[in-house]
Amino acid sequence: MIELERVTKIFPGSEIPAVDSVSLTVPNGEICILIGSSGCGKTTLMRMMNRLEPITSGTIKIDGENILQKDVIDLRRHVGYAIQQIGLFPHMTVYENIATVPKLLGWDKKRIDERVDELLELVKMPAETFRGRYPRELSGGQAQRIGVLRSMATDPPLMLMDEPFGAIDPINRETLQDEFLKIQAKLKKTIVFVTHDIHEAIKMGDKVALLDAGRLIQYGTPEELLTYPKNQFVKDFVGADRSLKRLDLLKVKDAMLTDPVHCHADQSSEKVLEQMLSDGLNYLLVLDEEDRIKGYVNVDMLRGHKGVVGDVVHPMTITVGPDQNLKDALSKMLSFDLGIVVAVDDDEKVQGILNTRTMVSVVGETYDERGGHWGKITTGGKII
Amino acid sequence: MSEKAEASTAERVWLSLGFLAAFAAGAYAESLGFFAFAKNNPGDIWYLFKEHCYLVGVSSGIAICIGVPTGIFLTRGYMRRYRDVILNLLGVLQTVPSLAVVAIAMTYVGIGKTPAIVALVVYGLLPIIRNSVAGLAGVDPVLLDAGRGMGMTPAQLLFRIEIPNALYIILTGIRTSTVINVGTAALSFLVGGGGLGDLIFTGIALVDPAYMLAGAVPTAGLAIFINWAFGQVEKLIVSPGLTYD
Ligand SMILES: Nc1ncnc2c1ncn2[C@@H]1O[C@H](COP(=O)(O)OP(=O)(O)O)[C@@H](O)[C@H]1O
Ligand SMILES: [Mg+2]
Repeated sequence: MIELERVTKIFPGSEIPAVDSVSLTVPNGEICILIGSSGCGKTTLMRMMNRLEPITSGTIKIDGENILQKDVIDLRRHVGYAIQQIGLFPHMTVYENIATVPKLLGWDKKRIDERVDELLELVKMPAETFRGRYPRELSGGQAQRIGVLRSMATDPPLMLMDEPFGAIDPINRETLQDEFLKIQAKLKKTIVFVTHDIHEAIKMGDKVALLDAGRLIQYGTPEELLTYPKNQFVKDFVGADRSLKRLDLLKVKDAMLTDPVHCHADQSSEKVLEQMLSDGLNYLLVLDEEDRIKGYVNVDMLRGHKGVVGDVVHPMTITVGPDQNLKDALSKMLSFDLGIVVAVDDDEKVQGILNTRTMVSVVGETYDERGGHWGKITTGGKII
Repeated sequence: MSEKAEASTAERVWLSLGFLAAFAAGAYAESLGFFAFAKNNPGDIWYLFKEHCYLVGVSSGIAICIGVPTGIFLTRGYMRRYRDVILNLLGVLQTVPSLAVVAIAMTYVGIGKTPAIVALVVYGLLPIIRNSVAGLAGVDPVLLDAGRGMGMTPAQLLFRIEIPNALYIILTGIRTSTVINVGTAALSFLVGGGGLGDLIFTGIALVDPAYMLAGAVPTAGLAIFINWAFGQVEKLIVSPGLTYD
């Protein structure tokens, strides 16, 4: 746990504080996002937590102990820190960079070797390829990943990360964020994370601290910031598309319609068609006997067909997982011209279905009753 | 591919030109009786050559031992204010001709090898100090910040981050200083310090080119060899992660 009490920083020669009386508590195992526009004091606030900047006034406690009471070298070795500028050592290989803190703590070579390989594995950078590379032989994104790995090499319980994904392109950033959250779900570290990207803040943060000109404006869960912005500044910062941003927060499983109407691949096309027409369904999901997704059919595909549905089924290539967020689901839905997306678990078993209507109701906007190819979607399980 | 081929063509041209020049110089030296002299006095030349190496080795060794730590000292935070003043002062001292430095050294420590070495150390210090300061001050502060943030002590920062990153520039200073020293060491003869200057100055006095060349050629050879050797050392100890164009 990290507790800040009226922490203030005034740089020598400056009149106005860079950080102005900030008080906040980050509980153990949570990610606290520091967000705000450039120059609002995020980096300065973070750097006081490992005493890279002297604190002008106020106190910072880690697990109840004032950090000024701790040995400064020891404190820094046990708090992971990924600096904003990445700062990989150019004269060292990727291996040596990651091994920096383990070496300072006197780990033996075998343990370091294993750890480095394990970490590279974690970010999908094959150890054989990258271990011996120098920073100048890495892309910006790769370098930033190594910077993050270097800060977590000794598995410190508290990590300070200053815009750790800033240099990574949007697509890879999403992947890394997801990966990061997966790892965090297992490791439960206490993380202070700086970003200026509101989407990243909403996605990654258990708590978000919004700063402006060194002052803490609002501190709360992402949902609180989106739903109850404290003042106009917060409203402006989180953006007019506040409701859309809720898509980042909600998971597919929170919004999907479970037990969607469907048929099985081994059923007779004629009978299924008859039922669809009488129920007014244009499209229908097709599952196999294990309830795994096979695809879909529409009335035109079945019309005049003698045989089983499995012969004419159209495969469903794009699906989402129940733990993905609604924003991912929406982008998949939009790339799939049916206006729906099916949620399946790791075994391809169908968990539920999302359509534009569910999406729209989630973001709290009105929707067009007639919209979408699928027309009406009903629940209630197998069609006949 | 084609760039590489061009480069190697250029190399070949230079190499052939070099051989030609060496051949011409050899022919000219022969005409001056240099080879005959060298053949008749191998012992003397060898003795003076060793003495020359000794003067250069000891003086450059001392200059490195003083110059590099001075450079480190001048780049510590608390010295920042005095750094430029000290460097400028040293720069002014460097403008004193080497011959005058040798003469001044003699007035203080008499004649023999000692004044020669003192003069060579003094004269060789500036390039080492200046490059050490430039190299260390030029290390990206972000790297120091990263190191400090990971819990490195000031000594660990110096040896693990600062020196490895500044090494190339420091070595260049040492190389320059040592190569200059090889030439300056010829002046040692004037204060009784020995070395190949013995042959050079006697040759000049006697207007005997063979005599003079017997001193000058090994001196030049030594300078070229040292320059080459430092290049090899550089390749060996400067991290391949660092590039200099
Ligand atoms: N070392 C420093 N000396 C003086 N002022 C500084 C220093 N570092 C940062 N500042 C100032 O403090 C303020 C906050 O900077 P910073 O914490 O880096 O902002 P952010 O990380 O939010 O972009 C800025 O106005 C910046 O100019
Ligand atoms: Mg910053």
